[in-house]
Amino acid sequence: MNAINLILAEDGPLVPKWVNWGMFPESNSTFGPAVDGAFNFIMWVSIFFFVLIVALMLYFMVIYRRRSNNDKLLRAPTHNTPLEIFWTVVPSFLLVIMFARGFAGYVDMRTLPENAYEIKVVAKKWNWAFEYPNGYSDPDLHVPVGKPVKLTMRSDDVIHSLFIPTMRIKMDVVPGRYTYAWFEALKAGQQHLFCTEYCGRGHSDMICKCIVHPGQSDENGDKEVYLHMGFDEWLTYASDITNRREAKDENGNYDPVKAGLYLYTAKGCAGCHLLNDQKIANGGPPWLLLSKAMKEGGNIALSDGSEVKADENYIRESILNPNAKKRGGYGNMPSYQGQIKDVEIDAMIALIKSLANNEK
Amino acid sequence: MATEIVTTSTMTHPAHRVEPDYLHCSSGISSWVFTLDHKRIGIMYLVGVMGAFALGGFFALLLRTELLTPKETIMSAQWYNQMFTLHGAIMTFLFIIPSIPGSLGNFMLPIMLGTKDVAFPQMNLASFYLWVGGAIFFVLALLTGGLDTGWTFYTPYSTTTSTSVIAATFGAFILGFSSIFTGLNFIVTVHTMRAPGMTWFKMPLFVWALYATAVIQVLATPVLGITLLMLIAERALGLGIFDPKMGGDPVLFQHFFWFYSHPAVYIMILPAMGVISELISTYSRRHIFGYRFIAFSSVGLALLGFLVWGHHMFVSSQSAVTSVIFSALTFSVAIPSAVKVFNWLATLYRGSISLATPMCYALSFMFLFTIGGLTGLFLGTLVVDVPLHDTYFVVAHFHYVMMGGTLIAFLGGLFHWWPKMVGKMYNEFWGQISSLVVFIGFNLTFFPQFILGTRGMPRRYYNYVPEFQSLHVMSTIGAYVLGVGLMIALLTLLYSLFRGKKAPENPWGSATLEWQTTSPPPLYNFNYDPVGRDPYAMEEFVYDAQLDGYKHDPKLGMAH
Repeated sequence: MNAINLILAEDGPLVPKWVNWGMFPESNSTFGPAVDGAFNFIMWVSIFFFVLIVALMLYFMVIYRRRSNNDKLLRAPTHNTPLEIFWTVVPSFLLVIMFARGFAGYVDMRTLPENAYEIKVVAKKWNWAFEYPNGYSDPDLHVPVGKPVKLTMRSDDVIHSLFIPTMRIKMDVVPGRYTYAWFEALKAGQQHLFCTEYCGRGHSDMICKCIVHPGQSDENGDKEVYLHMGFDEWLTYASDITNRREAKDENGNYDPVKAGLYLYTAKGCAGCHLLNDQKIANGGPPWLLLSKAMKEGGNIALSDGSEVKADENYIRESILNPNAKKRGGYGNMPSYQGQIKDVEIDAMIALIKSLANNEK
Repeated sequence: MATEIVTTSTMTHPAHRVEPDYLHCSSGISSWVFTLDHKRIGIMYLVGVMGAFALGGFFALLLRTELLTPKETIMSAQWYNQMFTLHGAIMTFLFIIPSIPGSLGNFMLPIMLGTKDVAFPQMNLASFYLWVGGAIFFVLALLTGGLDTGWTFYTPYSTTTSTSVIAATFGAFILGFSSIFTGLNFIVTVHTMRAPGMTWFKMPLFVWALYATAVIQVLATPVLGITLLMLIAERALGLGIFDPKMGGDPVLFQHFFWFYSHPAVYIMILPAMGVISELISTYSRRHIFGYRFIAFSSVGLALLGFLVWGHHMFVSSQSAVTSVIFSALTFSVAIPSAVKVFNWLATLYRGSISLATPMCYALSFMFLFTIGGLTGLFLGTLVVDVPLHDTYFVVAHFHYVMMGGTLIAFLGGLFHWWPKMVGKMYNEFWGQISSLVVFIGFNLTFFPQFILGTRGMPRRYYNYVPEFQSLHVMSTIGAYVLGVGLMIALLTLLYSLFRGKKAPENPWGSATLEWQTTSPPPLYNFNYDPVGRDPYAMEEFVYDAQLDGYKHDPKLGMAH
């Protein structure tokens, strides 16, 4: 195995390092060499056989082209057992190499390192939540550079799949069980994180970022995604919603309405609720109507025929226990129990209240 | 009517009888809808699967148009999800699986074996009507709330979505029976109905391929049926089988589903490989190279195909050990496929290669299927599959195999056997043009998708990140070109029905039995009693300009 890997490794003599085929995005994880090396090896084998087959095909097409409908037929063998055994057996050896390389790298991917930093991943239609050891939850995956990160993943509804192309990892997130993935990032920067298991209307909106923080704060880092902060610094900062620039007004003061607006997308509310009076099919109630009901001190009609007063408690309960006071004509909402702080619920309420006031 | 039926044959068959051909032996609607003639059932299947293909293809063009831009181009996400689901479900269940066995297979298998019909003609007709029944349920699903689960029906999405899952799965359940009936019929026909002298190794390779396919149809399809019934039971009755909320296991569904659906891949591709064996040898006027290796590789694929379903689930959370075993088994499937390609290549060697339309399609097949097969190696290799799984790389791979393989072979076979089926010759020039445009359009559509997938574009995405747009645009343009090519092929065939020259008995110089009878054949297939002999002894056929076809001259045979 070692000898094979030495010859066929990404920087081995058979596979020059410059060959990337312009296909994979540049690797940013320790899995890069195993994946890209195996990919390049198979690519060389494929190109060899493809060129061989197509070249022979074209060559025969030309030199044996039909000249008349009654060409004198050439003598040719109808079979050749040694030749056929040869081309059955010899490619098998190449397949064994492919399998072995795939196996070695895969075992690495599925063997969780013991010293890894653990991040809990919660997938639901249609957003991601990444929970850090201090209880903070973020819509993007933030990780430290040069440190193995273990993702412990669960789904609240259907099957999702976490995929980070630059990290070369993918793992399904399955309801009813935990699944795991791990990787170690090589350098700071941001990359895409996709959901790759079809999960309904918002499947292709389940895109977020995987942000690799530098070891220490770095003034040149992209401030838009907090790349100027080291990982620990970022976590302390982000854990408090009142810190975030998205939650501040022009003067730098905390504004709950702006905080609510940030959480509206960050927590995935936007997938089902609109801020105007429009419904999304199979989604949730639009918030402008709720806001108006609150302003007028009105009630909300529930699916069981009863009514509930539109107030702060109703909103709070609908976030933490959505099925307690269910309205007819809308889809089911997952609970946010344990995933949202009181100050954040306050911000949501402030946002909803503000909607009716902004209406001219 | 009978005056039209003058055979052009100059063959010296014993006991020559002149009978009306199968199209003219009876007339009226009821002579078709209640027919027990395998040829008419084949024609009805042909019309049916082409209709399904047209619908699935129309959806495909809408999907590609939507993908011209990220976010909304022409339809909402909800509609997009329904479109790709129906595109996949219709193409798989209503088109590819029944396409070659149902139409070309039904028509040709008995004639190639030198017999009058399949073993169970009533069951054959029932198979067609079950297909129609299944199609009706699909249309019903479309009209009553649609379907947005993907053709794979993964749980728990499929047990919780509000669309018409039960109607669609019940449709697929019925289609399963249609497939089983065809398979059972073919197995019994091959075992019991062969003409005198038609030993197993004198059967054309197309028959071997259909036989291997039939074995899979009979053994694998019941598993799909039971799985879909369990899905229906969970949805309708709340039985907890797959939904973890009720104590079920969603990954179990994937095991059941792929236990059928991977072998089903061979239901789709084996008949196509059989067609290609016929085309390559006929249009090279050359005995097929390595008959036994090709025949056994069909059976080998049918058996090995049952052992590799887990390679669809490397990142599904099945255990790592399971994935490793399935990866190893998966590579074993590569060998028989490669053997076939090498044998076809060797058949070209020292042939007399005509670039008639069917051969253009067959050579396209070799090009495209080689790409489809080789890219399968990437997906079978565990560590490489992880980043490629569920991306456009997979989409491109299976389109190269299923469309570049099965559809192209189906078209090649259709052009090849068209003169036999309808008794008319099509315009050769436009046939060749169609194959060229289809070839270009196909590659333009699907090759960029390999790059898209490797760069990380997930499949079943309505919206995507802007960096993928240029490749999507290229792919969409390719899809339009492909659509035009397929339209040219269809028009070429339809035009021949009205203006085509009358087809001779054996326009291509093929040695299999279906070319040793009139075009189109009589009701009972032969005006004489056929006997089995080497189906690839092309050298015994000599071109006759007066017939504009080939005639048999056994004296020309070379000793092998």
